[in-house]
Amino acid sequence: MNFSGWTNRSVQTWLLTAVASATAVAAVSCNKMGGDKNKSQNGSNAVGSNAPAKAETGPILIGHYASMTGPEATFGQSTDNGVRLALEERNAKGGIKGRKVEIKTLDTASKASEGKTVVTRLINEDHVVALLGEVASKISLEGGKVAQQFGVPMISPSSTNAKVTELGNMISRVCFIDGFQGYVMAKFAKGDLKFDKVAILYDQAAPYSKGLAEDFTAAYTEMGGAIATKQEYTAGDVDVAAQLGNIKTSGAQAVYLPGYYTDVGNIVRQARKQGVTVPFLGGDGWDSSKLTEIGGDAIEGSYYSNHYSFEEQRSEVQDFVAKYKAKFGQVPDGLAALGYDAARVMFDAMERAPSLSGNDLAATIAATKDFPGVTGKITLDAKRDAIKQAVVLQIKAGKPAYVTSVAPKGMDVVMPATGSGSAAATPAPGAGSAEPPTGGAAPAAEPTPAAATPVMRGASQDKTEPAKKSAGKGDKADPDDGGE
Amino acid sequence: MKTLAERTAAQRPNVALTALLSLAPLAVGVIAAFLLQAVLAPAVGPFYAKLVLDVGIAILLSVSLNIVNGFAGQFSLGHGGFMLVGGYTAAYLTYYGSIALWGTAEIHGGFMEGGDIFFMVACVVGGIVAALAGLLVGLPSLRLRGDYLAIVTLGFGEIMRVVIQRTGDVLPVAEAKQKGMLGSLTNVGGSLGFTDVPQYVSPTPWLEKTGHAGIFFTYIFVAICVVVAFRLKASSNGRALLAVRENEVAAEAMGVVTARAKVTAFVMAAFFAGIAGGLFGHQSTLSPSELGFQKSIDIVIMVVLGGMGSISGAVLAAIVLTLLPEALRNFSQYRMIIYALSLIAIMIARPQGLFGTKEIWETTWWRRLFGRRTKAEAP
Amino acid sequence: MTIFLQTFVNALALGSLYGLIALGYTLVYGVLRFINFAHSDIFMIGAWISFTFTGWLGWSTGAPAYALPVILVLAMGFCALLAVAIEQIAYKPLRKAPRLNVLITAIGVSLFLQNTGVLKQVFGTQPQRMPSLVNDHVMFTLAGVGVQFVDVLVVLLAGALMLLLQWMVFRTRLGRAMRAVSFDERTASLMGINVNQVISITFGIGSALAAAAGLLYALKYGSLKQSADATWVLLGLKAFVAAVIGGIGNVRGAVAGGVLIGFLEMYGAAYLSPHLKDVYVFVVLIGVLLVKPSGLFGKAVVEKV
Repeated sequence: MNFSGWTNRSVQTWLLTAVASATAVAAVSCNKMGGDKNKSQNGSNAVGSNAPAKAETGPILIGHYASMTGPEATFGQSTDNGVRLALEERNAKGGIKGRKVEIKTLDTASKASEGKTVVTRLINEDHVVALLGEVASKISLEGGKVAQQFGVPMISPSSTNAKVTELGNMISRVCFIDGFQGYVMAKFAKGDLKFDKVAILYDQAAPYSKGLAEDFTAAYTEMGGAIATKQEYTAGDVDVAAQLGNIKTSGAQAVYLPGYYTDVGNIVRQARKQGVTVPFLGGDGWDSSKLTEIGGDAIEGSYYSNHYSFEEQRSEVQDFVAKYKAKFGQVPDGLAALGYDAARVMFDAMERAPSLSGNDLAATIAATKDFPGVTGKITLDAKRDAIKQAVVLQIKAGKPAYVTSVAPKGMDVVMPATGSGSAAATPAPGAGSAEPPTGGAAPAAEPTPAAATPVMRGASQDKTEPAKKSAGKGDKADPDDGGE
Repeated sequence: MKTLAERTAAQRPNVALTALLSLAPLAVGVIAAFLLQAVLAPAVGPFYAKLVLDVGIAILLSVSLNIVNGFAGQFSLGHGGFMLVGGYTAAYLTYYGSIALWGTAEIHGGFMEGGDIFFMVACVVGGIVAALAGLLVGLPSLRLRGDYLAIVTLGFGEIMRVVIQRTGDVLPVAEAKQKGMLGSLTNVGGSLGFTDVPQYVSPTPWLEKTGHAGIFFTYIFVAICVVVAFRLKASSNGRALLAVRENEVAAEAMGVVTARAKVTAFVMAAFFAGIAGGLFGHQSTLSPSELGFQKSIDIVIMVVLGGMGSISGAVLAAIVLTLLPEALRNFSQYRMIIYALSLIAIMIARPQGLFGTKEIWETTWWRRLFGRRTKAEAP
Repeated sequence: MTIFLQTFVNALALGSLYGLIALGYTLVYGVLRFINFAHSDIFMIGAWISFTFTGWLGWSTGAPAYALPVILVLAMGFCALLAVAIEQIAYKPLRKAPRLNVLITAIGVSLFLQNTGVLKQVFGTQPQRMPSLVNDHVMFTLAGVGVQFVDVLVVLLAGALMLLLQWMVFRTRLGRAMRAVSFDERTASLMGINVNQVISITFGIGSALAAAAGLLYALKYGSLKQSADATWVLLGLKAFVAAVIGGIGNVRGAVAGGVLIGFLEMYGAAYLSPHLKDVYVFVVLIGVLLVKPSGLFGKAVVEKV
């Protein structure tokens, strides 16, 4: 009885105190918010810009938000592998400004709504100074909003939707945007392959695929090509026979299939079974060793646009492939390469930035110029989108082989240093059937590099001077080619 | 001696006072919502404030689904679908409505000014549209029972998802102005989701320009929903629902119009799910792939875990099941496995859910802990 | 005409797969009266485990003629054992609990299987290509439509398994016991039937059929997506719809429903619009349930007080 009486009274007192302190807190917080409001009105772009001014000696923490689980898990995991590899390298070289770097990866479970929660958590609980992520544009759009609001710089490795960097000055990316990639394939199909009639088959539930399909259509019709038919599928579809039937009867000379490699192999196999014999064209979503593994013979002779080619003799590419294979036991896909590049661009900017505050770092990232990434020379434009030239690859004997390079509109094509310095800037119409450029000058020991050889080559390049020289020579040849 | 009429008049409660008293829980709810927003949110920081917000939406969903699944015993797998319908309606209204009214899709005005009121109305309209959809889906329940109904509701959700995936891109402001509200009816973003909806519901601190008071608004709706659920449970209509759940034939024999009871339950649940969708759409991007079958199942799990028919149980389960995945986020690979295993374990260990049909304060352990007070005064 | 015939071949193959999976749903519903949500995951595991066994036995590059039956038996056996284990651990303690609980448990099992499957140590998140165990060639050409060996195999094998099941349910003692349990569990146990055993066996049989469907799916479509992918759930869901349309609990109905859904989907995609094929399936489902809630072949059950 006594006990309960005591409880009662104590509850009352507790409540009173709580209410009193609550009022006090409310008053204080209202004041504080008022102050913040003024500040944000003065400050031009980011609301807070309150990057934590922590001790300058501890490790630098970067957040990575990625789909480690869910339907897009394979993309998130690849990206994270690339990021981890870059991190390891950086720390082995002594970190940034003498401080160690740490990366915290949190899972978004392939859901846009989780993107916001995860980024809020990384910024406010883990106090990261910068962010990397996400692969899917719809998640980047959510996470980017939060990053912009709190003034934390973010680099997206592979979100290609144009809207992502439009969120604000904190957001940049190291990949090219949908519009450019659509243009690349359109130009290649019309200009090099001389196709006048192309069918499109895209994943209507994937913004990436939809965006590419639209941009390809726009660019291709502008160049005078005709879209024979436009068909849609959904990633969950097991049977696309109906769509393929329509494509077959449309008389298209090629099929543009801007999907992810997880679907493409299956679709192309079905197409061959149904007697669709024309080549398929695709985007960087095709880039994975799984593509040829699943597609098999069916995918032979198809083309896709990508950021880089394994055959490029640039030391960045060969080193990366070798290290990645040594660490993870598999050939890196395009997303791993982009994750690697995003992390390295971030580290590079951190080293150069006057301070690690949000505004300084974002400005430094935006000023990135000619960064030698695996996926090409990365220069960020005024919209903080990467300006890179794209390569077109053709699947030959189960391997993607380099065909040509396409530069953004208004820029000259720079041939990558794949060896044959004498290659013409714009290949002949029959480029597809031409000898792959590997057979040129540099280490011509193996004409078609087997999956295992890049390791060897990368390793030898590290040690031996001549190989490096040849890469350098290729680089030197660039301006000449561009001038043509 | 008073006459019978006088005596009954004395017995009859004062209407005004009763009405006032009945509003009391709601007033408490509004005050609580205010305190959460003004005191708790700034104190715990943006991340936990976001969780408070997510918890609010989850409570709204689980308590409303509890009306159908818990009270009426009708197994619905379409709550995600109702959320989708309500959310898209509300988001469509605020986005294109804002453009029509103010020429911009930005947040309009300060706290409780034009924009906020407009957004709240949009959420309610979203709820009403979802309720109409609930009526449409509830009608088959006149004929169907149990699992079949679950499949129909599931089918409804899947159809809504596919239909929304096929819509066009969200129009930018200039184009939207040109086309008008009706012309842009099918431009709700398709598979990328409804982007650029003004974010009226945001956890960011109180009275700031970006997102005024998301927690406050959310918890006002939560309060309304919880109060309605309690009132329903105690009312004759609620008893009718419980009777339908226990034995439909017997309920019918006792004079319950089972068809009407079931449809009413459906409509009410869909209404609040629609509002929850509206709130969700103003704090995050609505995307058809996220509000499908999986979302419906998440909500069902909350209701079953809390105990079918227990409102406080549904609230508690919503809190726990929103915070648990967040706590397990660091073990991303394993979190769903842990989640799945604990689900199975709880179902086996406590088939009636954590609280069964009881409210938390009706359980024996609660009484043992806190319940002696009233009895202690008696002897 | 070519399109019509091509669609016919595809629809028949897909419909047979749906039918095989639907049988599992219907069998379990028959004895336990609940929707086994984890059934689509058993189907997924059937496909993945076939792939794994093929790798272990070293048949990834070239397979002997007896590879198909060996893998089929292994996959069916594995999934049957797995399902019996699941039934013993997760469902058996809930025999007396409300059906909704079993349903939630099934959802839990489904989540568990999916998310265990994506672990690096199990199947991983990368899609894989199923090696073709049979010589996949065009068998005959009919009005310009090449009918492939795999298509014929899918239809024939599925048909054979269905006939086998039909025979088992209606012609054997075990089948009679299953029907008895389905009709009235209590009476069946009074008649000396070991109800728990029958339920376990039914689970095993249904799951073995799902595993066979998984292997056939892998052979026909070639690529396997990660276990948590929506493909599996959607396939399972449509197979379930097939079971409901055919009248759940009815073995012949499940097969008919499966073929019907296959035709509906493929012809709808070919002649109306391929994007709305899921919508057709669900619209027809709702329509059927509204007109005949017990399904096309199901018997209406009068509820007793």
